[in-house]
Amino acid sequence: MNRSPLPGPYPTRRTLLRTAVTAGVAAPLLSACVTGGGDDADPAAGNTGAKSADNPLGVKTGAPLEVVIFKGGYGDEYAKRAEAVYAQKYAAKVDHQGIQKIGEALQPRFVANTPPDVVDNTGASRLDIATLVSAKQVGDLGQLLDAPALDQPGKTVRDTLLPGVVDDGTFDKVPLTLNLTYTVWGLWYSKPLFAAKGWAFPKTWDEMLALCASIKAAGIAPWTYQGKYPEYINDPLLSMAAKTGGPALIQAVDNLEPNAWKAPGLIGAAEAFAELAGKGYIMSGSEALSHTEAQAAWSQGKAAIIPCGSWLESEQQGVTRPNFDMVMAPVPSRTAADALKQTAVQAASSESFLVPAKAKNPAGGMEYLRILFSKQSAKAFAESAGTLPSVAGATEGLTLSSGLGSVRDAVAAAGRQTFTYRFRTWYAPLAKAVDDATGELVNRRVTAAQWSDRIQKAADALAGDTSVTKYTR
Amino acid sequence: MRHGRWRFLAGALIPALALHVVLVLSPYAQAFYLSLTDWTGVAGEAHFVGAGNYARLGGDSLFLDAVRNNAVMLVVVPLVTIGIGLFLASMMHLGGRGGRRGIAGSGAYQIVYFFPQLLSLVVIAVLWGFVYNPNNGLLNGALRAAGLGGLARSWLASPSLALPAVMAVLIWSSVGFYVVLFSAAIDGIPRELFEAALIDGAGGWATFRKVTLPLVRQSVQVAFVYLGIAALDAFAVVQVMTVGPGGPDGATEVIGLSLYRNAFQYGKFGYASAMGVALFFATLTLAVLALRPGREERAVPA
Repeated sequence: MNRSPLPGPYPTRRTLLRTAVTAGVAAPLLSACVTGGGDDADPAAGNTGAKSADNPLGVKTGAPLEVVIFKGGYGDEYAKRAEAVYAQKYAAKVDHQGIQKIGEALQPRFVANTPPDVVDNTGASRLDIATLVSAKQVGDLGQLLDAPALDQPGKTVRDTLLPGVVDDGTFDKVPLTLNLTYTVWGLWYSKPLFAAKGWAFPKTWDEMLALCASIKAAGIAPWTYQGKYPEYINDPLLSMAAKTGGPALIQAVDNLEPNAWKAPGLIGAAEAFAELAGKGYIMSGSEALSHTEAQAAWSQGKAAIIPCGSWLESEQQGVTRPNFDMVMAPVPSRTAADALKQTAVQAASSESFLVPAKAKNPAGGMEYLRILFSKQSAKAFAESAGTLPSVAGATEGLTLSSGLGSVRDAVAAAGRQTFTYRFRTWYAPLAKAVDDATGELVNRRVTAAQWSDRIQKAADALAGDTSVTKYTR
Repeated sequence: MRHGRWRFLAGALIPALALHVVLVLSPYAQAFYLSLTDWTGVAGEAHFVGAGNYARLGGDSLFLDAVRNNAVMLVVVPLVTIGIGLFLASMMHLGGRGGRRGIAGSGAYQIVYFFPQLLSLVVIAVLWGFVYNPNNGLLNGALRAAGLGGLARSWLASPSLALPAVMAVLIWSSVGFYVVLFSAAIDGIPRELFEAALIDGAGGWATFRKVTLPLVRQSVQVAFVYLGIAALDAFAVVQVMTVGPGGPDGATEVIGLSLYRNAFQYGKFGYASAMGVALFFATLTLAVLALRPGREERAVPA
């Protein structure tokens, strides 16, 4: 009876090891008891009011509203201002949370079917939107888009948005998210530097190669890119392909059509970037630099051109010297017979707001977005955030910085010819395959043909995978 | 008396046992169950898909890259770390005159070697990311200053160099700990054995091979297990330091990174759980294999 109650040293150690290794895997699952039963009752029951001209979505006065905002580079003051308007109009208590770890905070609440009423699903730890959509966790915003705009008489909310914004949030023809900021991708340079050297930003790829030769002769690296994250160099490549092939090419790529990645437009663009690397026009070492390192090198004048989205100017504040006056230009055309004009730009909205399908107060959630996307609110956002909101004309009458001004001008010059690829949001694994392939392409480890082959293989595998929810446009 | 003792034992054990079941065993059971489902991480329900997730692992080229890289690390990292650790530890004890004192300043060395252990792994990865910077990093800078500019490389962006560069960081960060561990083990060896070896005319190498090594074997075995587990993980360093991360083109992909990406970026928690379960069995096998010989030897009376 006197057997030692203590287990031997080895089992203890092994148990500890086992715990240490898998605890990381298992911990997030503990809070989310998927095995528990779901609640089928409509959580919004009793939370709607009578609709009227002033209250087109039928918000119930006094019903509480819970808003979760990503508190990142833009802060959350803009969201609080809209909340104050809402609270006053509907005599409601608004519960505001400005946080950064959206995914960690909200994943268990979605699983438990008790999500908040409005979610700003943004930031590095956001929830994958395609996953949320396929799990039927996101509510239809159709009613909101068709409701009259708050401060633009005669227009619906849909009418007030920039081109492409509604599409960006549409999944299977249903609008599910509404994006607050409008991002444009292009090539950036310092205007005074180009003026001093007598360089004009090229409109065609041949002009680009000629310019690169003179930049290199002047002792500056023509291009650099954020090599640690190859998606940055993907954007100009895919933009160039989109201009050559037009909407048909983009649609084929996004719809995972057979041989979509073998389109001449894509191969031509890949050849162009392979040539850029082959001629030594990319700053050496770029392939290992993080976005901050590459952008700092560019801001210090070690490289003349860098690809980036319209957030670059605010990201480089404090690193860039005064009078650097950065401006963004559209990607040059590859051929003389391109389907889109040279001033067409890749543009997409982001900072994505959604009303969960299982929200307690969905009418209130949509009304909150109607207030947030009003022209007045968007203008205040543009002023404080220094970025373009997705509401048309929100920057009217504001004095813009050099970079933001060039972005606004690029959007105006593009007119209706803005485009975006959706596969990045729809199929994250395909985006990873494209990034990896492009990283190899611009480091001359694969040719343009191999680049297109390996991406096509990844796209075909995805198209044949029945476990992935497919979308079409 | 006997009755009270049982009550005492139950009172002491049951709370701990309950915590263990809730916090350790139930997540395991859930992870095992989820690995057989298509759970997305946000849906309130999960559908049973049987062994589908496991079948998929075999056709996932990125996951196979990860397995290959982890296997390479599993061989290289423990061997090199233990080799360097043993060398430094024995030099600190046996390197000096008389074979017992250790080389001059060995106490200070011991403290210096331990420094990396004081930094968090993420900080180490960030610092080494700067060291490996191809343009203004310390490593290429030192090579150029020494007139070896021809050897300067884009360390983390070359497919053949990225994994060795990551392993070097793992080894650098863990050697200090094992130097201290092995030092303590060598300290535990009776002084008479070294004196006897000295009288018999054994040199430094013979003493190390015939006296030190056999007597620190237990510590080396434990070190193998811990380093093996570190090599099967390596997530933090890869995530922070490498191109992609996990690149270039899968050259530094590790199982932990694949798992993280599938769970938190692709919303495939079921599939990620299958990876976790596979990793669990790999780790378990490693621990069993590494500890088994020691256990048999203990059973035989000396």
